[in-house]
Amino acid sequence: MTITPELVEQHQLTQGEYRKIVSLLGREPSYTELGVFSVMWSEHCSYKSSRIHLRKLPTQGKYVVQGPGENAGIIGIGGGWVVAFKIESHNHPSYIEPFQGAATGVGGILRDIFTMGARPIAVMDSLRFGPIENTPHADRNRHILTGVVSGIAHYGNCFGVPTVGGECVFEECYSANPLVNVFALGVCREDEIFYAKASGVGNPVIYVGAKTGRDGIHGASMASAEFTEESKQKRPNVQVGDPFLEKLLLEACIEAMKTGAIVAIQDMGAAGLTSSSCEMGSRGGVGIDIDLDLVPQRESGMTAYEMLLSESQERMLIVAEKGRENEVFAVFKKWGLDAVTIGIVTPDGNLRVRHKGEVVAEIPNPALADEAPKYDRPHNVKPYRKAPLDRASEIPHSKDLNGDLLKLIASGDLCSKRWIWEQYDYMVRTNTIAGPGSDAAVVRVKETDTSIAMSLDGNGRYCYLDPREGAKLAVAECCRNLATTGALPVATTNNLNFGNPERPEIMAQLVEAIEGIAEACTFFEAPITGGNVSLYNETLGEGIYPTPVLGVIGLMKTAAPPPVRFQGEKTPILLLGASGTLVGQAVPPALNDETGETRRFGSSAYTKTILGDLWGLPPLLDLAREKHVHDAMREIAVAGLAESAHDLSEGGLGIALSEMCTAHLGAHVTIHMETRPEFTLFGEAPSRILVASRHPDKIREIAARNGAECLEIGATMKGRLQIGNASEMWIDLPTSDLKNTFETSLPHLLHNSLLQTE
Amino acid sequence: MKVGVVVFPGSNCDHDAWYAINQNLQGDLPHEASFVWHDSADLSGFDAVILPGGFSYGDYLRCGAIARFSPVMGAVRKFAAAGGPVLGICNGFQILVEAGLLPGALLRNIDLKFICREVTLRTITTNSPFTSRLEKNQHLHLPIAHGEGRYFADDRTLDELEAEDRVAFRYEGNPNGSLRNIAGILSRERNVMGMMPHPERACDPLMGSTEGLAIFESLLASVATPTR
Repeated sequence: MTITPELVEQHQLTQGEYRKIVSLLGREPSYTELGVFSVMWSEHCSYKSSRIHLRKLPTQGKYVVQGPGENAGIIGIGGGWVVAFKIESHNHPSYIEPFQGAATGVGGILRDIFTMGARPIAVMDSLRFGPIENTPHADRNRHILTGVVSGIAHYGNCFGVPTVGGECVFEECYSANPLVNVFALGVCREDEIFYAKASGVGNPVIYVGAKTGRDGIHGASMASAEFTEESKQKRPNVQVGDPFLEKLLLEACIEAMKTGAIVAIQDMGAAGLTSSSCEMGSRGGVGIDIDLDLVPQRESGMTAYEMLLSESQERMLIVAEKGRENEVFAVFKKWGLDAVTIGIVTPDGNLRVRHKGEVVAEIPNPALADEAPKYDRPHNVKPYRKAPLDRASEIPHSKDLNGDLLKLIASGDLCSKRWIWEQYDYMVRTNTIAGPGSDAAVVRVKETDTSIAMSLDGNGRYCYLDPREGAKLAVAECCRNLATTGALPVATTNNLNFGNPERPEIMAQLVEAIEGIAEACTFFEAPITGGNVSLYNETLGEGIYPTPVLGVIGLMKTAAPPPVRFQGEKTPILLLGASGTLVGQAVPPALNDETGETRRFGSSAYTKTILGDLWGLPPLLDLAREKHVHDAMREIAVAGLAESAHDLSEGGLGIALSEMCTAHLGAHVTIHMETRPEFTLFGEAPSRILVASRHPDKIREIAARNGAECLEIGATMKGRLQIGNASEMWIDLPTSDLKNTFETSLPHLLHNSLLQTE
Repeated sequence: MKVGVVVFPGSNCDHDAWYAINQNLQGDLPHEASFVWHDSADLSGFDAVILPGGFSYGDYLRCGAIARFSPVMGAVRKFAAAGGPVLGICNGFQILVEAGLLPGALLRNIDLKFICREVTLRTITTNSPFTSRLEKNQHLHLPIAHGEGRYFADDRTLDELEAEDRVAFRYEGNPNGSLRNIAGILSRERNVMGMMPHPERACDPLMGSTEGLAIFESLLASVATPTR
């Protein structure tokens, strides 16, 4: 087949990229080779727009065993044990086919973990959808949400990994670009880590797992383009997952690894057979020669092109020690899985593919993996934003703060996500010490006395207003969540969800966010060990908010962390990070005027939900101040002094206190403050954590010693939540109402949809 | 007490049951759990057998419908016929029902969703090797995690279960639509019990509850002093 410019364009390669292919090969590529280059050089696989900026991220640290570049990052947790973890997106497939898109997203990240020899022990997911009420697309958005949630549940539950936490946010910009980011973490011994680095000329290359079909062809390229009307026709590009097969693959791989006969192993993810073989070869500086006739096939008549680009799930490629193949085969036979030698490691550094007796592709591995284009895309403009810095008119004074609080706690962003997480088995493997609904999830590692705390966070609104500050705030929030459980942050994974990088103002968002993450992760000594970049999250030219999602993991001695909910009556409540007449530093004292405060309020959940608006700037973050609060909180948690603890985030003090209430236990809180009650109640200044403790003096002492401010603001009480200042009560609500509103909102929003569509 | 924890392809609570018995269960009487692969046809040497939770054979066709044909189930049948105690938890309960060792069926939850949460159970009978250490009407707080846990049987079977004191546990507040709030039942000979809730997940203070231990303690006591 002759390669025409049209064909090149269809493969989403530029003419410049095509010329580079020709020069690397020293000839015109075949059609099959063009397909191989198109996936390996896609944005999804090559990170061509982000690579030069990702280098700015800190990747070194005393806990880091393996940084970026492998299937997952690895952190030492002591006692000879390590954890492997990473986050990955499945945004595009989840829009096209929510159930399978999300399910295979879980499957893909789980394989990334166990291909390194680590048994997955926790999953979390960060989800973003369009609004599920009061918009023309509400029905479709609900359909996507219910599909994604059941897809995650289906895969994770059957596989037997607990889904221990996550986040779920609604914004119009995600209506046609839902974000499905899945994080997974696994555990193994440090001396039993496996890498995807082929070596040993003459060693057999073994294909294991599911048979190859035509599903998912060009999935990686699909994920590297904007959505158009035609995208809806791309359903066949979405893969279909089988969690049962994956569970067998996990057990078989881990058992086969124990034989000692495996040299290298890599899962077949995006770009399937192509990427696994050329990446393994490239990492090891060797060649790989495979014969497609030997590949187990689910369908007849597949071409080389189709087999190489298939993204059929639940497959792995193994390089075994020559002469010990049978040990590997025996294990896979026990688990009822295909295991076939399909190739051999060669000295020449080429990926050579044979089909029906002919060589159909012969490409130097480095050309695919290392020589992929990288672009310094223009970004010397202001990051894209349409929101004004100041509101056109004064913020209206609330006539009903109680009503506002109830409305906020019923909003999609802030209501209880129980409807979602009860569909996930969050307890299987009996390690979950703190599960969904906690500030951070905590999972113990049974073989040690260490537990892993983990938190996912992102805030598109903050990042839209200021990508750099928004990204820093997300890192700070994750670390704050870990601190409330008593854990020390040690490493980070990130999922960068952005629009079209070919637009300079979008590229500027990406660069700003990466630099913000770099600064915050360096500051908190939680280096990046891997992650994922998802670009082109645009539909018909309309992009998402820049949405970096951060996943920070921390270490702690295994112990029950303080719960979020109040535990008893008349327990003093303290606010770490607050002092005097300030319940938190909204703006530095020098700028502490009405304008500064009003600007910072423009990014809040209150502004979004109650005023239906967006303006200004994200909350102001002072990293040093933030860290003092964490240090104090960690000491308090570890000393067992906190009866309950909860950090302040979206919705501010009012929402945090509401979330700590139970049906029977509330609080009476008095704030001596001059600013407007809306700001006091719902301002989102960071660096604040609520602690309920019977030992307020000790809390104050620990806070002071760690350089954190601390203010006693009230005490728990039976039955009501009351918040006010010396002269008036702003909030006075029965806790049963709060709890009821919080818990029933999401089922109501979704149930109404069923009634409407029936 | 030697406990065999059967491992089907797709079992995923096997390790949890193993851990609960080997690590969480205390007491002077020696006890040890080990795994039994699904193609084994030999359960000799075991004092009790657990069919753990999970998705045996992917739960294709119907939960437990394929597992009932696996070689180990022949051995389980023999073991039960000889009076050996067999405990099926969650998917294990589904398998026991499919295998005909317990009556009835487990249908999809009434709201068609998988549910993972802690529920409150009421102990209905203490007359079994699994519940002897409990008090009648004692509340147990145990987790459930299933998509197909809605117990169903015809009225005659339900009446019979009740008349013969074979309902082991009922839900307080029915999470899945089970008929007569049934959460766990016994075989006629009382040595086979199936239950949807997971006692093995409630054996460690760090997991928030240790109330599941009573079931394994009962089993341990019954094996030490056989009643038959």
